[in-house]
Amino acid sequence: MNTRLKLFIPAVFFLAMLGLLLFGLSDGRDPNHVPSALANRPVPEFTRPDLFDPAATVSSLQLRGGIFLVNYWATWCPPCHAEHPYLVDISKRAPEITLVGINYQDDPELAREFLAERGNPFDISLVDADGSLGIDFGITAPPETFLVDSSGTIRYRHVGMIDHRVWTETFEPLLAQIQ
Amino acid sequence: MKTLRYVPMMLLAFLLLGSAYAAAPIEDLTFASAEEEARYNKLIAELRCPKCLNSNLAGSDAPIAASLRAEIREQLAEGRSDAEIIEFMTARYGEFVLYRPRLSAGTALLWFGPLALLIAGFFILRRMLILQRGEPDPGTLSAEEQRKLQVLLNDKNAR
Repeated sequence: MNTRLKLFIPAVFFLAMLGLLLFGLSDGRDPNHVPSALANRPVPEFTRPDLFDPAATVSSLQLRGGIFLVNYWATWCPPCHAEHPYLVDISKRAPEITLVGINYQDDPELAREFLAERGNPFDISLVDADGSLGIDFGITAPPETFLVDSSGTIRYRHVGMIDHRVWTETFEPLLAQIQ
Repeated sequence: MKTLRYVPMMLLAFLLLGSAYAAAPIEDLTFASAEEEARYNKLIAELRCPKCLNSNLAGSDAPIAASLRAEIREQLAEGRSDAEIIEFMTARYGEFVLYRPRLSAGTALLWFGPLALLIAGFFILRRMLILQRGEPDPGTLSAEEQRKLQVLLNDKNAR
């Protein structure tokens, strides 16, 4: 190689590093984003008590043959309160989606009262009292929502509350893909 | 009085003692053996908190960290191996939860990149220094050259 051109190697290297680092700082990249370890894997097997009938159980086998939104929530979680009206809205606007509410490390009585007062968007409600199911799903804290397709495979994990923007920008395109 | 001299020092000592509690949450735990406790402490030091991504499970106050520490204690009591516990964590939270990533094709760049850059840099530097030294070294002057030099220096007319 021409000696002159060799002088440019450090500059090229520097520009490449600069490009890489600027990409890392670019708009929309979330430094806290950790890709879900469960993406495109089956829903973890589970059996947990039904929120409204503690004698009855809900199992992972029920999450088949349809589109499911599995939502982790709790009465002690303020973003879950904020998300709740939007979930009620979704349950009315998109009846073909089955909403599954997992009450996470909470008081079931308080949870039932909350849903009675503010409306119940969930078709299926269960209790994860000790958080062990949350660990199996790999959640960090409520609210978190998982999109499950008809084969029982987790297609997407959303950390944080769902609002109109999240729904139209993230969930709707995914739903269109799945259906 | 004389004892007042010690007040600032005592105050400092007191404050420093207090700061020890600012780090990890204190949990009163009992283990079946000292070995189990050592394994527990090593595991929670090397696993990342999924919520507070810049701290390990040992140093995080997040509820999920407390839940995961409890889960690890339970699994240790059940007799699971370190490898099984780590597998449990990575299956649910991904490779990123390990502070010491496992060696694979994907993490090879992470592990060897800095060393490779250092070695490359060393060779480049060495090359640059050799090229500089390639210039002819005048060395010492012979007697003839010394004499000529003196003539030139002394000859004011040459200026």
